[in-house]
Amino acid sequence: MNSGSNNVAVSKDHMTQRSVVPKVKNQSEVDDPEQRESRTKNITLLGRILVGFLIVIAWELFTRVGILDSYYWSNPSTIVQTGWTSLTEGSLLMDLAYTSGATIIGFILGTFIGSLLGLSFWWSDLYSRISEPYIIAFNAIPKLALAPVLVIMFGIGFSSKVILAFMMTVIVTALAAKSGVHSVDKDLEKMLFSLGASRNQVFSKVVIPSAMPWIVSSLKINIALALAGTIVGEFISSRQGIGRMILYAGQIMDTNLVWVGVVVLSAVSILMYLGTVWLERFLLQGRPQ
Amino acid sequence: MYKLEVVEGSKVFRKGGQDIIALQETNMKIPEGKFVSIIGPSGCGKSTLFNMIAGLLKPSSGEILLDGQNIIGKSGHVGYMLQKDLLLPWRTILANIILGLELKGVSKKEAEKRAIPLMEKYGLGGFENHYPGELSGGMKQRAALLRTLLYDQDVILLDEPFGALDAQTRLLMQTWLLQIWGDFKKTVLFVTHDIDEAIYLSDEIYVLSPRPGRLKEIVAVNLPRPRGQDTLSMLEFVNLKKRLLGMLKEDQESLNKAE
Repeated sequence: MNSGSNNVAVSKDHMTQRSVVPKVKNQSEVDDPEQRESRTKNITLLGRILVGFLIVIAWELFTRVGILDSYYWSNPSTIVQTGWTSLTEGSLLMDLAYTSGATIIGFILGTFIGSLLGLSFWWSDLYSRISEPYIIAFNAIPKLALAPVLVIMFGIGFSSKVILAFMMTVIVTALAAKSGVHSVDKDLEKMLFSLGASRNQVFSKVVIPSAMPWIVSSLKINIALALAGTIVGEFISSRQGIGRMILYAGQIMDTNLVWVGVVVLSAVSILMYLGTVWLERFLLQGRPQ
Repeated sequence: MYKLEVVEGSKVFRKGGQDIIALQETNMKIPEGKFVSIIGPSGCGKSTLFNMIAGLLKPSSGEILLDGQNIIGKSGHVGYMLQKDLLLPWRTILANIILGLELKGVSKKEAEKRAIPLMEKYGLGGFENHYPGELSGGMKQRAALLRTLLYDQDVILLDEPFGALDAQTRLLMQTWLLQIWGDFKKTVLFVTHDIDEAIYLSDEIYVLSPRPGRLKEIVAVNLPRPRGQDTLSMLEFVNLKKRLLGMLKEDQESLNKAE
């Protein structure tokens, strides 16, 4: 170790106490990683905004001068215009609510029931072993291929979209929760049993918290899958929703409206993603990083 | 009457169609308030014995008596601490320490009221709201031991609790453990690989032999208490160490011959 240098190593145990830092003569520069980090953060944010601007401007410019065909590519100003019209005069808001509603309800149901299913495998090894191939088989089915049947079964209304979003997410969550259950430290369980814990107590105090990060890690994927499920449902048959709007616009060759749909869906998707980030924090609160 | 008795306790496992004797009929008689160590090479049945006493494993034959009552297959009657600290990483130190009380149904407030003075007295004051990941190995073992203590059983099993610590921390922890044992008057069963540790801490040492696991000898340690740094250089300490090393060497040689 380089004893005698001006580096003061502070061991973790003594973090709570203030250490006295000796002064250095002729100090001209202090290495401050925190300041460097915050500067890097600011520059990163600025760069990101700039790149976004450039993309939108280039898109606008290229379609105006004819490098990109504006019939296929539309352009940002037209998209905003068309979007405004369908917002004020059309049914964009209702469609948006319809699609988001179906996605969120399907996501919540799928995540909740999937978690319960996955966690339930902790209770019985035999039950877990018997159901394993069926879970895997169900996961392998391309759920979207079943969409026409589901629409016939549940009608062209709201519920068939919720069911599709649910089907897209439930097994993914169940598999994540199952992996979480398998990752539980057996010695932790043993320790709890040695303290006289019942199986219920081991489940609630060790198994659920251990599996929580696994379940949480599936949320971000799930919200995107749920949205995809809802949109496919709307493509197949629906009277409302952004998916139906896009399909309709495509049929009448209104590419501008198609682009409006795509942009709105992207925005919805980003918002929902941010929602899951918040949800993650909520579910893992009170934990160390 | 003895505090804890193992009467002809044995355990046989079947592996690949062959019966493996993890522990031959073993007798133990532990008086109340004693500190008893169990040493022996790996495969001598130490952990099997502990798991049986803790009620996590049923013996193939024999009885395990706590205060004369049979506790076979009943967990929760003795405190048990393993080499790993097994603190729940998502709980603060305080929340970890009161876990045993929480499982018993003691209210959180009451449990914390009991835990905080203990933490302050035994070197964990100020760490109540830290997470296990922020503590050193020695601190985590302290927390794990306080959790076991707070669970408040008369008999405590310690399975190599300091095995993963460095030599210096280990010595500190041993002294700390002796202090706690003196304060709480618990009956302690202590598994270790370390002969020095066994002699330094114990009233009695049970020497186990491997393949099949069995009790080889019981050695009494008559070193005066309280013990400290000086104890380690006493003549009797050195003699005992020689004797125990000799016993373990025999086992090692017979094992080598068998292979």
